Amino acid sequence: MINIRQLNKFYGGRQILRDINLNIDAEEVFSFIGPSGAGKTTLLRLIDLLERPTSGTILYKGVNTAASENIRIETRRKMAMVFQRPAMFGASVFDNVAYGLKVRGEKNPRLADRVGKAIQDVGLAGYEEQDARTLSGGEIQRVALARALVISPEVLLLDEPTANLDPVSTVTIEKLIMKIIGEMNITVIMSTHDMAQGQRLAGKIAVMMEGRILQTGDPGLVFNKPENHLVARFVGVENIFEGNISSNSDGLVNVAFGPHVLEGISDLSAGEKVNIFLRPEEITLTPSRTATSARNSFRGEIMRISLNGPLARVELDCGFPMIALITRRSAEELNLQKGQNVYASFKATQVHIIKR
Amino acid sequence: MEEIGAAFVTALKLIITGDPEVLSITLRSIIISGSATILSALIFIPAGSAVFFSEFPGKKGLVNLINTLFSVPTVFVGLVVFIAISRSGPLGGLGLLFTPGAMVTAQALLISPVITGLSISALSGVRPEIKDTALSLGASRVQIAITMLREVRYAMAVVVLAGFGRAISEVGAGIMVGGNIRGYTRTLTTAMSLETSMGNIEFSMALGIILITIALFVSIIVYRLQRL
Repeated sequence: MINIRQLNKFYGGRQILRDINLNIDAEEVFSFIGPSGAGKTTLLRLIDLLERPTSGTILYKGVNTAASENIRIETRRKMAMVFQRPAMFGASVFDNVAYGLKVRGEKNPRLADRVGKAIQDVGLAGYEEQDARTLSGGEIQRVALARALVISPEVLLLDEPTANLDPVSTVTIEKLIMKIIGEMNITVIMSTHDMAQGQRLAGKIAVMMEGRILQTGDPGLVFNKPENHLVARFVGVENIFEGNISSNSDGLVNVAFGPHVLEGISDLSAGEKVNIFLRPEEITLTPSRTATSARNSFRGEIMRISLNGPLARVELDCGFPMIALITRRSAEELNLQKGQNVYASFKATQVHIIKR
Repeated sequence: MEEIGAAFVTALKLIITGDPEVLSITLRSIIISGSATILSALIFIPAGSAVFFSEFPGKKGLVNLINTLFSVPTVFVGLVVFIAISRSGPLGGLGLLFTPGAMVTAQALLISPVITGLSISALSGVRPEIKDTALSLGASRVQIAITMLREVRYAMAVVVLAGFGRAISEVGAGIMVGGNIRGYTRTLTTAMSLETSMGNIEFSMALGIILITIALFVSIIVYRLQRL
């Protein structure tokens, strides 16, 4: 559907996007994930043809979008973008939603039918005559969605659709987006800085940082098998160690890091320098060494316990720092205290090893 | 002091009793300045929009020049129009000199920098997101321009009123090209100038009160519009 080749974008002397190569398939839900300033918005704006790349090409169904001004506007009219902070025209909700159809020359009564349905679809029936600028943030986001969907776009672009909303409105908007994805034959390209939202909504994600795409793939895969330590940090891998593979027998490897050794699964051979990624929620804490199938167990002192909703984040000193994420209830039942010694265990299969 | 007080009372009487002379001068003023404002707005709001929406070398300089001309002396505009429409001037054949048409022309020209400059600044006040939104929803360049003008419709009304305020209160250009002919080109300001010099303070004061009232009305409307 959309193929991006060697895309670069500069603003003044600053490079915002670097060497972006990307293929987005029809009816895919694709999300760019990354911290603020990663270039997500700029990339969405380039895809929507609101701006021109400094170099590189964007193909839409195989057609080079830079070929002519006509192709640009025709292609743009097949897409609709919802901005992070949607701007409302100084007009009624109805007129805001009708805009895209009016500029395409749609006439009544079809215009009124389609606009009415779009407003109903986002749950704003009855708000038609209200001044759009007097609505709340969540309502404005819904008007913006209706305004984009009313034109039946092939591609819907969503820039941080919930970044400025309260938790309740966020749930409403996410449900709406899921409904749209489920009911319409539409390609959705979105951006978010929220890893969890990316996982909830997207079928495919691309992790972006400092203008580059670092990893693209299935959210589960990116989440569990980050390709480098930047991605790993972003997707919440808090335990990252550098080590060397000291042995490999049938895929079960020993990895030495400092004076410590842990076991993992890898096809890399002995002597390879590696990064070791371990998600904090994969670690089990026990007060004493117990028999377990987990191949790895380290004794460590609890340095700090911080509670975060139903979870407890436990910082350990095992001779190296290690972070475990357990439920608050477990922490309470085990009566974990600062200064106490515990055993941190995890399976070899939960250790993600990549070449450094 | 007493004389001024008495003059003020007489002035109020002239207004309240609807003195025909006062009434006709007021109406003429409003019609001439109103026409000048409409004419100027019809030409210079589109001109200002054209400047805003196009990119060309020297645009910034042009905008600065327009803003400088906000306070162009009225007598200078009067002189330019006088030369243009005098019998031997390039537009002499139109026979405009010492007619209300000449005054409309002079006032329209006088307020053209205000109309153009304030139109540009009103459009500059539109959030860039509005343009992006229109573009993203498939609007063409012309459609985007229309959308942005609609976004600033209240600001444009303020622009027009500011122009009207300057037109109705100016005296220099009107007197030069209109000639202050009684019952024909005599307006509030030109009449005040003449009557004061003739010692008719009460009459002048009545016209002054009316002029101030019109200015007050205009600024109330402007204030209201800016709240919207």
